[in-house]
Amino acid sequence: MFMFEKAAHGSTGYWAWVGTLVLTLAAGFLTYLHQLNYGLGVTGMSRNVTWGLYIGQFTFLVGVAASAVMVVLPYYLHNHKEFARMTILGEFLAISAVTMCVLFIFVDMGQPARVLNIIRYPRPNSMMFWDMISLTGYWVLNVVITLVTLHSQQTETAPPAWIKFVIVLSIPWAISIHTVTAFLYSGLPGRSFWLTAILAPRFLASAFASGPALLILLCLLVRKVTGYDVGKAALRGLAMIVTYAMLVNVFFVFMEFFTAFYSQIPTLTEHFENMYLGVAGEASPLLVWGRASLLLMAVAVLMLLVPRIRTNDTFLAAACILTFLSLWIDKGLCLVVCGFTPSPLGTMTRYMPTLPEAVITLAVWAAGALMVTVFYKIALSVMVEKVRITVPHYGVTREARVETA
Amino acid sequence: MRERLWIGAGLALFVILVTYPVWHALQAHSSTKGPNLVFPAREKECVAPTSFMKTSHMKLLVDWRESVVRNDRHTYVAFNGKTYDMSLTGTCLRCHDKRQFCDRCHTYAGIETPFCWDCHVDPSLAQRSVP
Amino acid sequence: MKITRKEFLRLAAAGWVVVSGRHLLALLDSPDKGSTAEGTAASPRKRWGMVIDTKKCRKDEGCTSCEEACDKAHNIPAFKNPAHEIEWIWREPFRKVFSADQTPYMEESLLDLPTLVLCNHCDNPPCVRVCPTGATWKREEDGVVMMDWHRCIGCRYCMAACPYGSRSFNWEDPRPAIRELNPGFPTRTKGVVEKCTFCTERLAKGQAPACVEACPEKSMTFGDLINPLSEVRQILGSRYVLRRKPELGTGPNVYYLI
Repeated sequence: MFMFEKAAHGSTGYWAWVGTLVLTLAAGFLTYLHQLNYGLGVTGMSRNVTWGLYIGQFTFLVGVAASAVMVVLPYYLHNHKEFARMTILGEFLAISAVTMCVLFIFVDMGQPARVLNIIRYPRPNSMMFWDMISLTGYWVLNVVITLVTLHSQQTETAPPAWIKFVIVLSIPWAISIHTVTAFLYSGLPGRSFWLTAILAPRFLASAFASGPALLILLCLLVRKVTGYDVGKAALRGLAMIVTYAMLVNVFFVFMEFFTAFYSQIPTLTEHFENMYLGVAGEASPLLVWGRASLLLMAVAVLMLLVPRIRTNDTFLAAACILTFLSLWIDKGLCLVVCGFTPSPLGTMTRYMPTLPEAVITLAVWAAGALMVTVFYKIALSVMVEKVRITVPHYGVTREARVETA
Repeated sequence: MRERLWIGAGLALFVILVTYPVWHALQAHSSTKGPNLVFPAREKECVAPTSFMKTSHMKLLVDWRESVVRNDRHTYVAFNGKTYDMSLTGTCLRCHDKRQFCDRCHTYAGIETPFCWDCHVDPSLAQRSVP
Repeated sequence: MKITRKEFLRLAAAGWVVVSGRHLLALLDSPDKGSTAEGTAASPRKRWGMVIDTKKCRKDEGCTSCEEACDKAHNIPAFKNPAHEIEWIWREPFRKVFSADQTPYMEESLLDLPTLVLCNHCDNPPCVRVCPTGATWKREEDGVVMMDWHRCIGCRYCMAACPYGSRSFNWEDPRPAIRELNPGFPTRTKGVVEKCTFCTERLAKGQAPACVEACPEKSMTFGDLINPLSEVRQILGSRYVLRRKPELGTGPNVYYLI
């Protein structure tokens, strides 16, 4: 049923890639054991900056997971047939992203052995409780969807009628996972940088830019490596989505700037000053990252706005990389650290991830990449098989190994 | 043919792993003689009957924990009518020596007592100077 | 009787769901038992609060009696690395504690004055609201915002939620950094959050918190805010007091006489 055997055959390049990922995982696992042994003090977090890279990555990846809705909604709700060959890739990306989210939360926990206390002693007051529910539910939904659709494609039968309901349910659910994650931040009275109603909309806008950008990159990579082409229309449609989402994102950033700098309220302006303008006498890493994110965002948006660039695959890939990077820095790092700086007592504490922290982070990304690799291998074996049966010469530039059993 | 190598290696690894308890115990020179417990000198009666403590002292401790930490109730009325302060360090360790009583059984049974002693202080530690 | 594999698996799954469902329901926490909101006749409901007289406190600006008393009573570690520091009660300059209450042309020495800060045991604590396991909660009977170090999973959400920076996390094993181990109180372990608990272990014995008792100038007054005859109520009723960031709606119960 799970067809994992399809991922057990591959070229040397495939095994080299999988091997690298497994080695990274192993390194991360050993480093995590060290962290378990010593404590979270191996990271760069401190009494004032109590969340760092791990939670930032979790926040960013929830967005990537939610972005699957940008493919599912047009295809299943509005019959946008151009996305047909891409939806399964988006759903598999969502599953991998949610798994990475859960892993990042897990490695960030001080007492991970007690994590089930959230289930044993549920506290609906806490947004973290709802985050757990929505993330788990979204993961289950996408697993069911991919299992059923892939199975029906493989057997060339129609999927059961109830799957339509599950797919439609996943659409508002996707919005909910990232809204709840934003609620983790935007309901805290003491953190003025996060205490804004626009945080959830900002999260969604950046999610719908960064997620599809990553999906475009993955589709281009898949086409290069296996010849499986999602189609020009699909890529162009997704690129339009990234463009609009980036525009909305930039607009929201300006909204935040205006409220802070026109009202001149110090508790608002100080965060933006730390992140973008610089405070006299403070050369903080946050300033470098913040400015880098803005710069990359600006270049990405300008590139995406030009149709000739957006429709050229190479330039589109570049624009997507810039989009992804700028939002990864903004959400995966700046958002969290900036919220803690200054502290409630006005202290500016620097945060710099340490080596163990970086290795563990890399390992979690490797876990996600491994999942994407294996899932895509399975999906493409099924899809390419099917394509070979119906249109033997379409898009297959390399022989994919076909299971004859 | 090549598969035989993998099968053999896997089988060997499995046998080693599955017999780990045997050769680890052999190497540890553990004996079948029971733990040598040192009982409290003065008190002859515990907060609960010995038979109960043998089976359920952990349940008692968890009940005490819930009562003290979550319900702010500190007094325990024992089976014999006596009252005790519900405290691991203050009551239990007032009579029992952690190293010569608690640890001996736990070590023999292979129980790591995961986190009790991470926080709860063995009174004898306080007498030594801490660097 | 013939049964297909699919049917067998379905029955087994259904059975497993029923059995584990019952177990799960049993595991779910029953609401924290405690005295009712009204309290009993023997112990009526209280609300503990504290008034800190900064004038009395500043008489000896090098004094650290309250901090030392708390450190010793609760095995608080003294880490060399300031990033890992753990503080239940400590001093910050006035300008940082009351950044919104400064006035221009204020006395410089007053701005730098060491001011005591600790958990405010708020009436409406955001830390309690966000805790996913109930490891921190507000006690009904006396208003103390309490910590359960057995349940804390170390997610540090409460630390993000606290508008006062009152909480600390154990980034490493605290025991090596404890100067003088007090067997009368547990240490904590790495991976849990801790803060001032108004010395509930002393309150249970009818004693005032360690810091209040240790202050040589008696600058801290501790008492029941519900009882109109208590000393804290006398002070609050007769003089103007400040609280930290009251505009956030947290309802802090630590008051400052400037």
